[in-house]
Amino acid sequence: MRAFFDSDLWWSFTRSPVTVLSAVTAFVCIAGAVFAPWLAPHNPFDLASLQLLDAFKPPAWSAEGDLAYPLGTDDQGRDVLSAIMYGARVSLLVGFAAVAFSTLLGVTLGLLAGYLGGKVDALLMRIADIQLTFPGILVALLVDGIVRAALPRDVHDQIAVFVVIFAIGISNWPQFARTVRGSTLVERNKEYVQAARVIGLSPLRIMVSHVLPNVMSPVLVIATLSLGFAILAEATLSFLGVGVPPTQPSLGTLIRIGNDFLFSGEWWITIFPGVALIVMVLSVNLLGDWLRDALNPKLR
Amino acid sequence: MSLLEVKNLRVEFPTRRGTLVALDDVSFAIAPGEVLGVVGESGAGKSMTGAAIIGLLEPPGRIAGGQILLEGRRIDNLPYEQMRRIRGREIGAIFQDPLTTLNPLYTVGRQLVETMTTHLPIGPGEARERAIGWLEQVGIPAARERIDSYPHEFSGGMRQRVVIALALCAEPKLIVADEPTTALDVSIQAQVIALLKRLAREKGTAMMLVTHDMGVIAETADRVAVMYAGRIAEIGPVREVVKHANHPYSQGLMASIPPLDRRVERLQQIEGAMPRLSAIPKGCAYNPRCPHAFDRCQTERPDLMPAGRTEAACWLHAEGSAR
Amino acid sequence: MFAFIISRLLQALPVMFTVSLISFAMFAYVGDPVAIMLGQDFTEAQRQQLIRDLGLDQPFFVQFATFLGNAVQGEFGLSYRLSRPVAELIAERAPATLELAFTAAFIALAVGVPMGVYTGLYRNSWLSRFFLTFSLIGVSLPTFLIGILLILTFSVWLGWLPSFGRGEVTRLGWWSTGFLTWSGIKALILPAITLGLFQLTLIMRLVRSEMMEVLRTDYIKFARARGLSNRAVHFGHALKNTLVPVITIAGLQLGGIIAFAIVTETVFQWPGMGLLFIQSVGAADIPVMAAYLMLIALVFVTINLIVDLLYYAVDPRLRVGRGKGH
Repeated sequence: MRAFFDSDLWWSFTRSPVTVLSAVTAFVCIAGAVFAPWLAPHNPFDLASLQLLDAFKPPAWSAEGDLAYPLGTDDQGRDVLSAIMYGARVSLLVGFAAVAFSTLLGVTLGLLAGYLGGKVDALLMRIADIQLTFPGILVALLVDGIVRAALPRDVHDQIAVFVVIFAIGISNWPQFARTVRGSTLVERNKEYVQAARVIGLSPLRIMVSHVLPNVMSPVLVIATLSLGFAILAEATLSFLGVGVPPTQPSLGTLIRIGNDFLFSGEWWITIFPGVALIVMVLSVNLLGDWLRDALNPKLR
Repeated sequence: MSLLEVKNLRVEFPTRRGTLVALDDVSFAIAPGEVLGVVGESGAGKSMTGAAIIGLLEPPGRIAGGQILLEGRRIDNLPYEQMRRIRGREIGAIFQDPLTTLNPLYTVGRQLVETMTTHLPIGPGEARERAIGWLEQVGIPAARERIDSYPHEFSGGMRQRVVIALALCAEPKLIVADEPTTALDVSIQAQVIALLKRLAREKGTAMMLVTHDMGVIAETADRVAVMYAGRIAEIGPVREVVKHANHPYSQGLMASIPPLDRRVERLQQIEGAMPRLSAIPKGCAYNPRCPHAFDRCQTERPDLMPAGRTEAACWLHAEGSAR
Repeated sequence: MFAFIISRLLQALPVMFTVSLISFAMFAYVGDPVAIMLGQDFTEAQRQQLIRDLGLDQPFFVQFATFLGNAVQGEFGLSYRLSRPVAELIAERAPATLELAFTAAFIALAVGVPMGVYTGLYRNSWLSRFFLTFSLIGVSLPTFLIGILLILTFSVWLGWLPSFGRGEVTRLGWWSTGFLTWSGIKALILPAITLGLFQLTLIMRLVRSEMMEVLRTDYIKFARARGLSNRAVHFGHALKNTLVPVITIAGLQLGGIIAFAIVTETVFQWPGMGLLFIQSVGAADIPVMAAYLMLIALVFVTINLIVDLLYYAVDPRLRVGRGKGH
């Protein structure tokens, strides 16, 4: 891990104010989400504390605003800021888990394809090609739809979050697999792997320990850029009403619920979760862009 | 009067680590119909001089001093649009690699026609007829059929012939040919050079022929300029420079040409390498490699001065300096 | 030329085959169509009859072949949710989606390409910097948020444009078009911008980087050395050379428009295929999902084929034999 944070990377980090700003923003978002139970001014899920009298309060800076609810309240009198912090928790959880899943899946399949070669390689890469013909979000929607159809409704509702993680993860594995496969193909033909075979070591084990460090930087870059995609994909699915259940609202769910009040003038219920989503995704994407440029030896 | 006159030309490249001087105090002239060969190692500034003359220096490179005059008129400070009318019409250009010089998506006929209609008061119909004529003149067989072919349908040598036709078709008075044969097969190089030489003579076109191939220079040029580290080291009639070079660098360069008339055990080579633009030594740029260097060479930069029947930038030829 | 098309069609076959296999697997193995279609009260005999009617007692390959045969004829059975033929539902919704997608694609190309050319040519002008910042936001904004922001601004606050539906449509045979009425056109504006914006920014960035690449090539330098006008160099020579990669990627991106139409149609309650699909996903309506999947695959394959043909038309190097111009 230490190798990543060597002086070169740190130097290029401090030289780019946009990157520093994105890093700070991303950190604030993550901290706000992770520590929501302690930081949020209200608990939006504590039904006892909800007061319908407080419903539809506009943000604190407008005339009818209330300082207790800085970003206003929704139709049930829930504090929008607190709902955002709890919602970001779900969004980030799904995002990170989906990326972890597709990394694991992609790296494993990429290693296998590169190492075994032949038919396995051809089959896996053909599947990846076909899947890449379609946009990731469509694949995620479809996987989600199939699982939804396959499972009884009550079972599905219980594991909905995992279904979304699974669907988004599946939609994103080919990128990882292709990169890892490429590096594996290069390593496989090197002499030390042949030598390992001769002296009876398992070449697969040797390769894993040699290939993995080589592909760490590209995998890290793809993972960072995928995190933005995964968060957006989750928000899109939830907005479409086929993502996480309303009992655990993510930012996408909040935006969908708030969308109903757009016309009656309560814009803050949907716009603030939207802004939170944009800020989060933009900062993650900028970090990913920077990481890609910084780790790319061609540009250095 | 000279056709082209370059006076004290200086080209700079501003970079993050300070300004690099790519060309420094370069002066020479080309008479109408004359062929001036420009030789030197890669990076000596030969191609840069050509680019400065046609007004197409790659940014951030810029002319920082001196003048370029075409028929007595300054062209180095013209607005883009006026300079554009000179390019192709007054000064034609030939580039090194014919495989990349032609636009792959247009037929050679179209590229010829658009060049002529841009500069000459003729319509597309006449331009097409002339284009066929040009292709015949540069030796493309069955020109009337081949005019609608795309560049990839020609071999490298044929493509360079097309490039020559393109450079000449608006009848410029001067051609800047930048390494026109370097990318070609050795067997074709001689044909293309012979073609260039013949056409230049027939049309009375002057030529600045940039190359690192001394054989090409000896065969084609009337005069030759030897460049080193962004400056002209020696300039003079081609016979003199080849046979009796006066600058130690030119002498070294000439000694490295394999002679055709006798066997030699080993060609001479110049020790060391040309300095990078960021590390040009004080005094004469050649002094660290020069076998004759003395005190003055390390402190003072020599300008061109008469030396024998050429001009050389070398203190060995200064008044009162002992050889 | 003919051989070229045939070879491309052969490459498309595995994609279509895989997708139909997935569609078929959804039909045959996901959920229990018999239970869904029978409802609450049924006898065992009725159940057996239905299984036979649906061909579910046949071997796998027979079922798959039957499915393929039906699919080719546009026959996908009844929607579980709406109890109407799927083909009919899709034919009803297709004009709305296609008109939306084409308008969005048109906006993306008609605005994205000139912006890309401009930012590629004048890299350091303030307008270029503005376009680039704008494109970064465009890439990071999710489609549904763009839609919500547009609705908030132009429908709720300014009240200029409608926020849902297609407005008044005119029927031309089985096709229904919104292009012929003022209200139909007004209703199309916001959804089309929403759908096209993301592709627009992508196309702009792509054209820009290709343009910068091409401007560095020798043939552009040579075109300048021949004294051609800036117009001829930039648009005649440079732009045409950027087209080859731009067509490829833009083609794929335009395919993405069909997919993202799902989101846009949901935001604007646009009565198209995407809305139908998302309602089917919510209701586990397998026949509609399967049919939609096949249709989308067909669209993508067709777009890829068109891209290849355009490529062929633009780049003479792909043509075999001696070209004679046009």
